[in-house]
Amino acid sequence: MADTSFDIIVVGGGPGGYVAAIRAAQLGLKTAVVEREHMGGICLNWGCIPTKALLRTSEVFSLIKHADAFGLSVKDVSFDAEKIVERSRKVASQLSNGVKGLMKKNKITVFDGAAKLAGVEGGQRKLAVAMDDKSTVALTAKNVILATGARARQLPGLESDGKLVWTYKEAMVPPEFPKSLLVIGSGAIGIEFASFYRTMGAEVTVAEVLDRILPVEDEEVSAFAKRAFEKQGMKILTGATVANLKKAGNKVTATIAAGGKSQEITVDRVISAVGIVGNVENLGLEGTKVKVEKTHIVIDQWGFTGEPNVYAIGDVAGPPWLAHKAMHEGVLVVEKIAGVKGVHPMNSQNIPGCTYCQPQVASIGLTEAAAKANGLQVKVGKFPFIGNGKAIALGEPEGFIKTVFDAKTGELLGAHMIGAEVTELIQGYSVAKTLETTEAELMATVFPHPTLSEMMHESVLAAYGRTLHI
Amino acid sequence: MSINILMPALSPTMTEGKLAKWHVAVGDAVKAGQVICEIETDKATMEVEAVDEGKIGQLVVAEGTEGVKVNAVIAVLLEDGEKDVPKVAAAPAAAAPATATAATPVAAARPTPAPALPPAAVSSGTRLFASPLAKRIAADKGIDLSRLKGSGPNGRIVKADVEGAKPGAAPVATPTAAPAPRPAAPAAQPVFVAPGDSRLPHSAVRKVIARRMLESKQTVPHFYLTVELEIDALLAARQAINAVAEKKGAKVSVNDMVIKACAKALRDHPECNASWTEDEMIRYGAVDISVAVATDRGLITPIVRNADMKGLAQIATEMKDLAARAKTGKLKLDEFQGGGFTISNLGMFGVQSFAAIINPPQAMILAVGAGEERAVVRKGQMVVRTMMSCTLAVDHRVVDGAMGAQFLQTLRAYVEQPASMLV
Repeated sequence: MADTSFDIIVVGGGPGGYVAAIRAAQLGLKTAVVEREHMGGICLNWGCIPTKALLRTSEVFSLIKHADAFGLSVKDVSFDAEKIVERSRKVASQLSNGVKGLMKKNKITVFDGAAKLAGVEGGQRKLAVAMDDKSTVALTAKNVILATGARARQLPGLESDGKLVWTYKEAMVPPEFPKSLLVIGSGAIGIEFASFYRTMGAEVTVAEVLDRILPVEDEEVSAFAKRAFEKQGMKILTGATVANLKKAGNKVTATIAAGGKSQEITVDRVISAVGIVGNVENLGLEGTKVKVEKTHIVIDQWGFTGEPNVYAIGDVAGPPWLAHKAMHEGVLVVEKIAGVKGVHPMNSQNIPGCTYCQPQVASIGLTEAAAKANGLQVKVGKFPFIGNGKAIALGEPEGFIKTVFDAKTGELLGAHMIGAEVTELIQGYSVAKTLETTEAELMATVFPHPTLSEMMHESVLAAYGRTLHI
Repeated sequence: MSINILMPALSPTMTEGKLAKWHVAVGDAVKAGQVICEIETDKATMEVEAVDEGKIGQLVVAEGTEGVKVNAVIAVLLEDGEKDVPKVAAAPAAAAPATATAATPVAAARPTPAPALPPAAVSSGTRLFASPLAKRIAADKGIDLSRLKGSGPNGRIVKADVEGAKPGAAPVATPTAAPAPRPAAPAAQPVFVAPGDSRLPHSAVRKVIARRMLESKQTVPHFYLTVELEIDALLAARQAINAVAEKKGAKVSVNDMVIKACAKALRDHPECNASWTEDEMIRYGAVDISVAVATDRGLITPIVRNADMKGLAQIATEMKDLAARAKTGKLKLDEFQGGGFTISNLGMFGVQSFAAIINPPQAMILAVGAGEERAVVRKGQMVVRTMMSCTLAVDHRVVDGAMGAQFLQTLRAYVEQPASMLV
């Protein structure tokens, strides 16, 4: 039998958990990960990565459909849904194997099973692991990090059934692509699937309960995205409540109340993307000081739960529900446990967010409205893709980059982008925010020509009335 | 047993300094009293002598290292028979072992016109790690970044550190006007450096002059009073005095007589021999006159102490010695720190008159021009007299216009009737 006593045991092998484990191993701690399903977690197996593979397909498909705009003649374009899904699964499994390799390389023991806190003995935390092979293993650790992630939220009346009403999981591996689709919820997950299926030819309706889509984004980004999607033929209903779903045969009829009117639409499939709930069940939290609020574990700035030597990171520990936030938390919690000097709590204002719809959306920090609501005087800069040479050359003239500065201090409060490749651009502003640059350093930075990144420069210049190319 | 040589404090306020030069190398035998290195702060460079004898085992801090904390180990001295010692790592602010004190500062060199500076200013020569945003907020709020502890990566000062800090009083020995923050660094016009131009790093002395003069002009409300003094009698008296004094090896200059006259006038007007502080007025008991001396390193103001009580020959002798040592950088700290009044004389360069910047926390500075023959009117007749223009710059918070004018009246009496300054 393998070793059962560790310095750190991470419960959950998703992006937060496996990164925490690697960092712990780097610091010389004896480390184990308990994973009940698949290393890499949702992100790698059923989230970020396989959806990016699908969206790449739809992007290429879209380019081919517009081939004549690039002087190319392409005939008889079609696709094979099975092959598209197969590619996505291959990408996921390649990376999942990669994570297993990383565990081995870092001498991290992986237990395939579900772990539960099981009290304290001799100053060590005890964990009972129900292994996949039905055996039970008792582990002890000086510290436990809970990184169990989250799952799709099920609203009463809108529950997924895996057949007609999907969550992200079924939406990722459809046996065939639906001809018509209703997406409930317009956060990142909902919008990415809406965008994917629309590009692949489905009639897509998005129902969002709030007054705008992508509600965490800057209002101007939401408005621009709505127009862009509508131009692509997507139907968008905001302020919309889906009352119930009636299933009949291979169709679903939804009753949607929006703008004081009720309407019925009938679609092949429904994707329910109405948020997530934390995986806090069956962890043995009962009788401990671990507090759960709204399905999430409450932590302090160091990931500490209040129960001695028990920490939590990632989705299970609250928003924003982003893999990179979980990874960063994993590193900082482990470093704090290991007593590394100079560990800093995470600044939520410096966590970028990306949505891989077409056009892409990326942002960091405060929206213009949030900055004003915080009582800050702002300087706002905006630069459109149409003013950028590279964007025109790419045939991507739609979108803009918006920057929000504190008028008093020159602090970059936030940046909001929509358009081609902006998910690859946002890191520039992340670095800027982490280094606490002001507009002066950004203005003094040389951006390469011709690139989309020039718009990041122009947007800063625009905030101070100095834009060059518009 | 080996002895750790520690970074000495050159002044009570010093917290760190630059190890400017080593005079010894590893393996050198040193005797007590031998100069082993030079330490530079923004005020001065000082030679440091060994207290014990032995052989240099290790130079822990490299020559040219800035920001060496007081009491950090800078070298290790081996006693007789010792071969080697475990290497000491250069640690800033290494706690001073009780047994170790092997260095004492001696003769001061390279001083600046800086009466006692606060500790924060001492570190101005070292690089400060702060985010651009932190720097800007600090400038806006008047916060001295060198007083903050950074919480960012590697101690970098970040926004949160500055936001939590209180605006620091302007760093002057005697804080000037109000908690009014020091104005942000003036939005300087960009300086274009063309090919053929050169970039010269600021010396510590230059930085102190720049900071103190800027601070004086920005925070001290100056006003100026100009008088024309007739110095024919003073020149005649000087000749007579020198006829006697030269036999004793002293030669009295016009400036020495101006020092004496100012000292006497200050004794008569104690309200002018004073400094402003936020809470109260400091009126000085002694009359100590700072005299600006130009050197190739920059301006220095050595002090003639109790000048009102000293004879002209003594003032002349002291001044000659102070000026000579100022030029070679050998002044001691107490020879240029303090002073209640400054005289700046550019007459020897043919400057007719000028207005000087007050040397804080002093309240007045007298700018002395050239003595030159001019046509003046006396009793309705145009006659030739040797005239000397003097412009007094005054801190209005300490001395009002009429008070300054009365001081100049008294000064005129001493200068124009030089016999009066001898009694």
